[in-house]
Amino acid sequence: MKTIKALSLSVLASIALASCSNDDDTPEIVNEEEVITTMTVTLTPDDDSDVVTLQTRDLDGDGSDDPVITISGPLSSGTTYDGVIVLLNETEDPAEDITEEVEEESDEHQFFYTISSELDVTTEYANYDDDGNPLGTEFTLTAGEVSSGTITFTLRHEPTKPNDGIDDAGGETDILATFSVSVE
Amino acid sequence: MRIYALMALLFFSITSISQNCNNSLSGKVIDLHDGSALAGAMIIIAGTEQTVFTGSDGRFTLPELCNKTYAIQISHPYCLTNGYKVKVEGNTNKIFYLEHHLEELNEIVLKGHAQNHKLNTVSENKLSKEKIEQFSNGSLGDALNSLSGVSSLNTGSTVVKPIINGLHSSRVVLINNGVRMEDQEWGVEHAPNLDINTAENITLIKGAGAIQYSGDAIAGVIITEPEKIFIKDSLYGKTIVSASSNGRGSTITSKLTKSNDNGWFGTLQGTLKRYGDFEAPDYVLSNTGTFERNASFRFGLNRFNYGIEGYYSFYKNEIGILLASHIGGAEDQVRAINSDVPLVINDFTYTIDYPKQDITHHLARVKAFKKLDGIGKISLQYDFQQNHRLEYDIRVGDDADTPSLDLVLKTHTLLLDVNSKLSENTTLKSGIMARYQDNFADPSTGVRRLIPDYEKYELGIYGISSFQINDNWLAEAGARFDYTYMDVYKFYRTSFWEERNYDELFPEIVVEEYDNQILTNPQYNFYNVSGTLGTTYTFDNDYKLFFNYSLASRVPNPSELFSEGLHHSASRIELGDLQFTSEIAHKISLTLEKNGDVFGFSAQPFINNINDFIVIEPTEVEQTIRGNFQVWEYRQTNAQLLGLDVDAYYAFTNNFKFKHQFSLVKGYDRDEGGPLISMPPVNTTNEITYENVKANNLKLALQSEFVFRQNEYPNNNFEVYIAESETWELVDVSTPPDAYHLLNFRSSMDFKVNQKSNLTLGLNVTNLLNTRYRNYLNSLRYYADDLGRNFLFNLKFNY
Repeated sequence: MKTIKALSLSVLASIALASCSNDDDTPEIVNEEEVITTMTVTLTPDDDSDVVTLQTRDLDGDGSDDPVITISGPLSSGTTYDGVIVLLNETEDPAEDITEEVEEESDEHQFFYTISSELDVTTEYANYDDDGNPLGTEFTLTAGEVSSGTITFTLRHEPTKPNDGIDDAGGETDILATFSVSVE
Repeated sequence: MRIYALMALLFFSITSISQNCNNSLSGKVIDLHDGSALAGAMIIIAGTEQTVFTGSDGRFTLPELCNKTYAIQISHPYCLTNGYKVKVEGNTNKIFYLEHHLEELNEIVLKGHAQNHKLNTVSENKLSKEKIEQFSNGSLGDALNSLSGVSSLNTGSTVVKPIINGLHSSRVVLINNGVRMEDQEWGVEHAPNLDINTAENITLIKGAGAIQYSGDAIAGVIITEPEKIFIKDSLYGKTIVSASSNGRGSTITSKLTKSNDNGWFGTLQGTLKRYGDFEAPDYVLSNTGTFERNASFRFGLNRFNYGIEGYYSFYKNEIGILLASHIGGAEDQVRAINSDVPLVINDFTYTIDYPKQDITHHLARVKAFKKLDGIGKISLQYDFQQNHRLEYDIRVGDDADTPSLDLVLKTHTLLLDVNSKLSENTTLKSGIMARYQDNFADPSTGVRRLIPDYEKYELGIYGISSFQINDNWLAEAGARFDYTYMDVYKFYRTSFWEERNYDELFPEIVVEEYDNQILTNPQYNFYNVSGTLGTTYTFDNDYKLFFNYSLASRVPNPSELFSEGLHHSASRIELGDLQFTSEIAHKISLTLEKNGDVFGFSAQPFINNINDFIVIEPTEVEQTIRGNFQVWEYRQTNAQLLGLDVDAYYAFTNNFKFKHQFSLVKGYDRDEGGPLISMPPVNTTNEITYENVKANNLKLALQSEFVFRQNEYPNNNFEVYIAESETWELVDVSTPPDAYHLLNFRSSMDFKVNQKSNLTLGLNVTNLLNTRYRNYLNSLRYYADDLGRNFLFNLKFNY
């Protein structure tokens, strides 16, 4: 019987210990760290026409608000632009620059630019990963004849590299944004 | 043990002096369970040692007794010996009930009769030790899958959740070693966190009738029980090693038990499983390996009328999730679904990379019982569980090695149960339960909590009584009341909070407002009633008819209440509703059963009407910066499930046997019409076995498993615009895969090593024909085929 008493005492003690969890007050807020809320594509022309910016901004991430898309103006026919893509997490203050992370892991990322058939625009990669495969946070864009259509920017994580384009690249989509643009 | 009982009786009874008495005690000895007469039972009067045996009708007469109280002992080769006090007044007639259990001879266990038959008016399905050993390398879900009426909801081949009569997750209650498992079971990709090798037998009760365990088992209750330990000096154990070609891995499980004739015993058990990538017929399923480590320790003291037991188990499992299933939005889904092969196929490896799950579950239990005259058996149990679930996604930068989900769930439960015999033919099980639970979601993941921090308090009280009306009829009735209080701290996105109108409905629960999130403190009180009512009729010796009505009430689970965001592995946004009420189910089940030597069958039709059934279904497509995602919202409706489970066997000769199983279930939304999602398709399993005891107990079995195509399913397909092809593409997330047929083979032989040890060797082949197939109930069916052929070599050593 003594053993039973000893046992039950030790059990009671362990209950007491186990139930002493620290009573937290209110839980800590989580601001998503690697969420990309904003993608800004800045197109700087090689002539005196206007800088064009394309932006998509979704501050509540996968929340119910749709991304807000802003297009500063039309592309100018015959102009070649230097394109730079900047990715931000604006849920943090100050906003975190996600482009840096993408560029650090350049071998695991690649941007693709999909131009709809009616739009007369061509693109070319302007930066590459360490293996010489395209990364695409920088690119050049040439606006051809007057036309209108869409440009879709897709950032794939862990695509097959090298690839022949988005169709055989695989990987997981981290960003997908479509802009309706016109060449005037 | 019989000697103990006798000795006890000898001590208690004062030697009676023979008088000149002419009264008699006559009566009948009956099997407590099926009411059949027990022949050959020995009745001894303590003190005088006057002895008689019952005849073939179970009747006996003890002559020459006086008008006084006698202590008698009744024993039977297949029963637990029992002592009674009988008052003789004139010629007295009395009926005695004995517990008749062939295989449990000499046992003394830490449980009463109540657990031998969990519920008398629902036919129980059981998995024997031999069957469990066959699944030593698999999971609980795999083993249960071999029962009619049970399917499994899979995420690949290693995350296997049981579906009972069409329902799963929070609607299935799992009692592991007397402890209700609390292991985040609400999640469809959260498999039960227990090692199947700790169980010696598994009982399945379809429906919620077994209210002594819980009132919310709308689907059913699964009870795993450890080995029963004999009171004698002994040291024994077993080791099972199984090696598989598919997954190129093996499982080793070992158990050692020491028992003493003074009642003390101890058992040590451990399991190690390691598998690399599994393979479909045509390709490697990359990142599907597992690494599981389990250990358990059990010790205690068993005596005739009291006992104490301690149990601790540790479970740790690392499970790789198919790499090709890790995708972005709907645009990725189209690519993945339309591709015949997985989008990522790497070379075979044992390495488990991201995405993966890493789960640790601790379970500790202490239990004591005491048998008290006039009250019955009282048991008191305290258990503690800690479940730590880590889920890793593919992440970038500094967060690459940080889990996306980090949940710690702690549960304390106190149970007090009393099993009493109110009269010779009435038993009463009653008890109370108190539970405290604390869920903590670690914010350092840097990902918004999938389910919030909460504390939950539960209090339950039940009573269930069975009454043997006569030799043929048994009636059973019970009721249970549960109170649940939940105190939750939940962060909502401000956009969602306002869109749902919660800002106007529940302004009082707001604790603090941040930039784009709101901290709220919802508190819930649920008052739930459940019950069971049934009867069993035994006729023509081996026929039995069961009828049971059960009422179950289930508190909504945290994901149904609070989901609000991207469910990564399903590639969809899931939204809960904090206003949900309890689900109420009314289930009627009927079983006709025949257990003959040559032929036997069981047919179990059922109907389950569920009010306020919580379903999740797509409502819209949401645009995000990562592409389009389908939004799935939980809602409450009235559902109805109907089905039939059939089991049958026929012995052609002593060696050849045929076994058949058939399960059908249909589920409908009775408010909006249409079928429910993820209902198991009709399936049938047929098996021919050959057994020859003389040839080293040779066993051969060929099994055919046919799964029909699910023809009734909700159409949740949607279209998405693909920029590359400039077309709208259908995202087919609904269409079930085709029917399939699998052949499996099993064989084993026993070899005697010495007096005390024997060895069993076995060779099994699953998916013998290397058939390509996809299973409707596997959430990875969009991305890859199911498992190809597997050769499994088994070695079991009993010592």
